[in-house]
Amino acid sequence: MSINQNIPNVAEKPNEAPMTKQAAALAVEAKREDIIVEEGKTVGLPYSDNPKFKLRNVEVFYGEDRAIKDISLDIARNEVISFIGPSGCGKSTFLRCLNRMNDSIDICRVKGQLMLDDVDIYHSKRDVVELRARIGMVFQKPNPFPKSIYDNVAYGPRIHGLANRKSDLDEIVENSLRKAGLWNEVKDRLDATATGMSGGQQQRLCIARAIAVSPEVILMDEPCSALDPIATAKVEELIAEMSESYTIVIVTHSMQQAARVSHRTAYFHLGHLVEVNETDKVFTSPEHELTESYITGRFG
Amino acid sequence: MQTANLLPLILVLALVAYGLAYMRSRAVAAPLGGIRNLKALPFYYAARASLWCGIPALIVLAAWVGFEGRVIQGIVLATLPPELIPTSPGQASLTLSQISNVAAGKLNPDFVPEGIAGAASLLETLRSNSATFKTVLVLLIAVLGGTFAWFRVMPQVNARVSVEATLRRIFFVCAAVAVLTTVGIVFSVILETIRFFGKVSFVDFFFGANWSPQTALRADQVGADGSFGMIPLFTGTLLISAIALLVAVPVGLLSAIYLSEYANKKVRAIAKPLLEMLSGVPTVVYGFFAALTVAPFIRDLAETIGLEASSQSALAAGLVMGIMIIPFVSSLSDDVINAVPQTLRDGSLALGATQSETMKNVIFPAALPGIMGGILLAASRAIGETMIVVMAAGLAANLTANPLETVTTVTVQIATLLVGDQEFDSAKTLAAFALGLMLFIVTLILNVIALKIVRKYREQYD
Repeated sequence: MSINQNIPNVAEKPNEAPMTKQAAALAVEAKREDIIVEEGKTVGLPYSDNPKFKLRNVEVFYGEDRAIKDISLDIARNEVISFIGPSGCGKSTFLRCLNRMNDSIDICRVKGQLMLDDVDIYHSKRDVVELRARIGMVFQKPNPFPKSIYDNVAYGPRIHGLANRKSDLDEIVENSLRKAGLWNEVKDRLDATATGMSGGQQQRLCIARAIAVSPEVILMDEPCSALDPIATAKVEELIAEMSESYTIVIVTHSMQQAARVSHRTAYFHLGHLVEVNETDKVFTSPEHELTESYITGRFG
Repeated sequence: MQTANLLPLILVLALVAYGLAYMRSRAVAAPLGGIRNLKALPFYYAARASLWCGIPALIVLAAWVGFEGRVIQGIVLATLPPELIPTSPGQASLTLSQISNVAAGKLNPDFVPEGIAGAASLLETLRSNSATFKTVLVLLIAVLGGTFAWFRVMPQVNARVSVEATLRRIFFVCAAVAVLTTVGIVFSVILETIRFFGKVSFVDFFFGANWSPQTALRADQVGADGSFGMIPLFTGTLLISAIALLVAVPVGLLSAIYLSEYANKKVRAIAKPLLEMLSGVPTVVYGFFAALTVAPFIRDLAETIGLEASSQSALAAGLVMGIMIIPFVSSLSDDVINAVPQTLRDGSLALGATQSETMKNVIFPAALPGIMGGILLAASRAIGETMIVVMAAGLAANLTANPLETVTTVTVQIATLLVGDQEFDSAKTLAAFALGLMLFIVTLILNVIALKIVRKYREQYD
């Protein structure tokens, strides 16, 4: 574990200056251990009565590296939960466990219990295709396929055989584009290639593509980090509308965004889930010292 | 001095000029308060001095070496006594070789006419004078150039600009050499082809279905009608290339997909270099393999299922050639498949597509231009391949589409037409140039198509 990541804590204790570097590092380590009293102890409200995802004692390893350390969390039905935390804290890794996108990384291993509607996500007999059809995902960088706008949205329905006739498919495409707030902008050029659209339009197309297979959950990995403020506002509006019908998990670097769109907010730190609470609570009166340091901008 | 000795000497002078100019630029800069008060870094002053020293001297040397021989020959011939002055170019070259043989001491001066012996001593004098002049002139130019540039090491002179401009010209010359060589080759082939069509009609060559390039040496010779129809050769080439591509494209493409999408790192690190080794095997070894192993095997196999097969067959040559060009397809395809952004894969997988659906629907279309480029490169290689066909497919120009029969290809015929002692004005040898030109045009068209395809689809992602 890198010591650099702990340096912000050193700054808070200038009176410990006479110590040697190594001793200081050890002290910081001890201090951090003080703050996170026990692994797997998350303050706030990590559990729910009506969970969509039930995640218990989740650990993720990259080779020898332990990237996620004993995290337990419930994600409720039709809630919007955002994951915040400094870079490298494991929030994206954790998100990618939910639809097993980590499978394609050879050295990545996931331990613990991850249940979607009380069925194990990582069961050896689990069909990943069916799982991912139920859990849509939107990525950091808009990644439309180099095909037409229509074919991008129709991609999922086609591979899952959701439409028997061309007219059904047309309807799915139109509905998805409408829900993504893109229909009026692109209805006259559905055959145009998707890579010619603006970044914001591309990202909304990716959202339309994800909802075209009627998922139950949508995972968003920093969906607005490559977008300008206007496009960001549109996507956030969309998230608010979608929260009526989907469970949404969003990883974000923008605390304002987390505050605007989510019901609950989870704060990650160095692979630990430090605090989960109602969004208002996290941003007004955080229970944990580390959460407070982060949201007040002392590090991150 | 010999030209071979002059070259390193010029190089040494250029290095000396570099060093001197470098020191002078620092000396000039010192009273001004350091090199930042110069218009350019000392390196540029030094480089300009060595360029001034070397380049004009090299140009003069090249010109001298290029024209020296002809000028001296002209002078020698002009001073011959009237009765010895040659009347035809052939005679002139005979006389000249006689003179230079005498001068070189290979021919006793007593056995040749008086005039020739005189010319020989003149030739020797001229040659030694020329060598002296050349040495003096070239060294003088080098020293003058270097000195000029040395004096021009001044703070207000911007050496950087002129060094950059000179470098640009040097790069241009290098590029021009490659282009001009190609143009020269094409031009000479075209000239010979025109001579060929002076002897054989256009229609016979392009539409003739009979290839039998034996021309009569004597008027009474029989059985050598000399027919030059290129159709059997091109169909043979196409047949063998098609078989080769039928082997190489599926195998190469699928192995590229396996290596880039499915294989783990360890397998890939071993399998890819091994696969690429296939293209490093000399073609003569492939030919051997095709002629001694594959062709008899195919013949036996065909006979057991009741088919007539020749012991040299298009199929044998095509199969082995296909194996040879697998790396062209697989290596290039593997590279372009790897170049498809990971985000596209993630996007497709996250929608619940399987790995093969992702491959078929997203990665393959995105990588198609590069894959096409690899296939066309392999096709060009197959069309140009000679050795395997010579050994495994034979020399008989059959017009057939049956892969079990013996066929021949354009390249094989070119090779056989030009092997051994040949007269360079018969239709038989000139036919090789006509075939070469046709082959060149075909591969050129293939390359142009490949470039077009790549350019048309290149901007699809990103």
